Amino acid sequence: MLLHTSTEQPGQIFAVKPIAVKLTRQNVEQIAHLARLEIGPEELDGVVEKLGRIVQFVDQLQSADTSAVLPMAHPMDKSQRLRVDEVTEADHRDLYQQNTEAVAEGLYLVPRVIE
Amino acid sequence: MPSLPARPTIAQLSRALAAREVSSRELTAAALARIGAAATALNSFITVVPELALAAADRADLQRARGGTGPLLGIPFAHKDIFCTAGIRTTCGSRMLANFVAPYDATAVERLAAAGIVTVGKTNMDEFAMGSSNETSWFGPVRNPWDRDRSPGGSSGGSAAAVAAGLVPAATGTDTGGSIRQPAALVGITGFKPTYGRVSRYGMIAFASSLDQAGVLTLTAEDAALLTAAMAGFDARDSTSAELPVPDYAAVLGESLRGKRIGVPREFFDAGLEPGSATAIRQALGVYERLGATLVELSLPSLALSVPTYYIVAPAECSSNLSRFDGVRFGHRHAGATTLEELYKKSRGEGFGAEVKRRILTGTYVLSAGYYDAYYLKAQKARRLIADDFSRCFADVDVIAGPTAPTPAFRLGEKVDDPVQMYLNDIYTIPVNLAGLPGVSIPCGFSGGLPVGLQLIGPHFGEAALFNFAHVFQRETDWHQKLPPVGAPSGAIDSGFAPEGAPT
Repeated sequence: MLLHTSTEQPGQIFAVKPIAVKLTRQNVEQIAHLARLEIGPEELDGVVEKLGRIVQFVDQLQSADTSAVLPMAHPMDKSQRLRVDEVTEADHRDLYQQNTEAVAEGLYLVPRVIE
Repeated sequence: MPSLPARPTIAQLSRALAAREVSSRELTAAALARIGAAATALNSFITVVPELALAAADRADLQRARGGTGPLLGIPFAHKDIFCTAGIRTTCGSRMLANFVAPYDATAVERLAAAGIVTVGKTNMDEFAMGSSNETSWFGPVRNPWDRDRSPGGSSGGSAAAVAAGLVPAATGTDTGGSIRQPAALVGITGFKPTYGRVSRYGMIAFASSLDQAGVLTLTAEDAALLTAAMAGFDARDSTSAELPVPDYAAVLGESLRGKRIGVPREFFDAGLEPGSATAIRQALGVYERLGATLVELSLPSLALSVPTYYIVAPAECSSNLSRFDGVRFGHRHAGATTLEELYKKSRGEGFGAEVKRRILTGTYVLSAGYYDAYYLKAQKARRLIADDFSRCFADVDVIAGPTAPTPAFRLGEKVDDPVQMYLNDIYTIPVNLAGLPGVSIPCGFSGGLPVGLQLIGPHFGEAALFNFAHVFQRETDWHQKLPPVGAPSGAIDSGFAPEGAPT
């Protein structure tokens, strides 16, 4: 059997086709806000640059013909198994709350949200 | 005195335990000593639990003295630090969970413990399993026992290095885009990823729920079969757990391959496969031909879509799964926040590392209003094209074979500044996850003194055939027995043990 190997640089497989997607600092700040994720001012330029490269890379997909293809959410097209709506779990609140110190009287504490 | 090799397999240890040549306490103490000795050289463990391990070993010895048996009873073992372990911290390689102690065991952990396995510790990994080099861990990179300047791969890099170096005979891993198979290839061991849904995801910290699957890193296919048999099977606590009986994997080991058909996708040998690796893979395929199998050239025309598809689907699911880490109920909490939004943003900003942040941002972007159809929906459609390629192939062949990774182990630091190059390292493993198929990487040679892995891919729930294909290859070759230079001092297990019976 003939199997050919290219002499191209290893790892340079399926080279990125440049597509004009340009993420700005404002875009990234907005996405980070949606994700409730602080990106420090010292990180921002690096994040913009690398996220831009990632988005450009995944944008290759736009060239694939997927007309008449059904989206696949589960690798075997299975749907979620349902069960009878009944209580199956015991109360483990005290145990679970050992993973934070910000609790009082069985409640989780957060900064005030209602004045 | 047990006559064990320097890096014994589970099957060998199991026979020595059954013959009362050695106790679980002795094996466990020796494993703990090796882990301690290699801590600086490899950094393969995040947490080691000597007291719990020795207590579990004593229980196993007692159980055996009372007539207990089983291939895993008393075997020292490690879990990737993504599996929740009650009473032992579970960090997922992240600052976010650096002090997290899960209130329960993952199903895989529970089932292996029920089989008598002895957990000695939790292995290092890429943060939240997001990485292919183990360099994104908050606890520092793991080093490859074949060359400490190189990566052991990832994300199950700690499990891979620990097994290759003979610290433990096997460890769990998880595989979302290659995180068991790629590190197994890069350190020269066996890495088995079962079919999606075969092993419960309950208690396995979620990264990308439609792709994540638990499996094992071992020295042999036989050991992988023993462990998978214990871990697999339906679990009501995982809503995507497969409701199918688990076959007796060990029963088929050794069956003849005469007349079997092995598909070889031509795209797997296209540009990018390092020539020395290609030579090793071709020689391995030749071994299968000599064993009576027929090679069939195939095509996976949508293969090139795999990596971009994965880097939309996986980050989308990651951004959703990781929204639970908000500083409130568990995990890192920013001190001094005055508003709830500030608490969320700063806890997450401080708790997550750079790669995890990139994935959360990518996922949030592709799911955001106006981009969902162009990215996420498009990727879900491309995913079907990739899965359909495999379905077509499996109508004609028993397994598909090719490389696990495009190159042998790369240098630490080599790809950290270029996420896309890092992502492309998983080109041969990612499509298998997208299609939900089982896959295994087995050592098949060397290139430039570094191990090369052969990947075998099976149809859904075709684990038994994969174990047999891998096992028969390992009977014919000795690549899986090659020892790396960094590891346990030779004879660490088979010297110094008093030949005493099991405790009574």
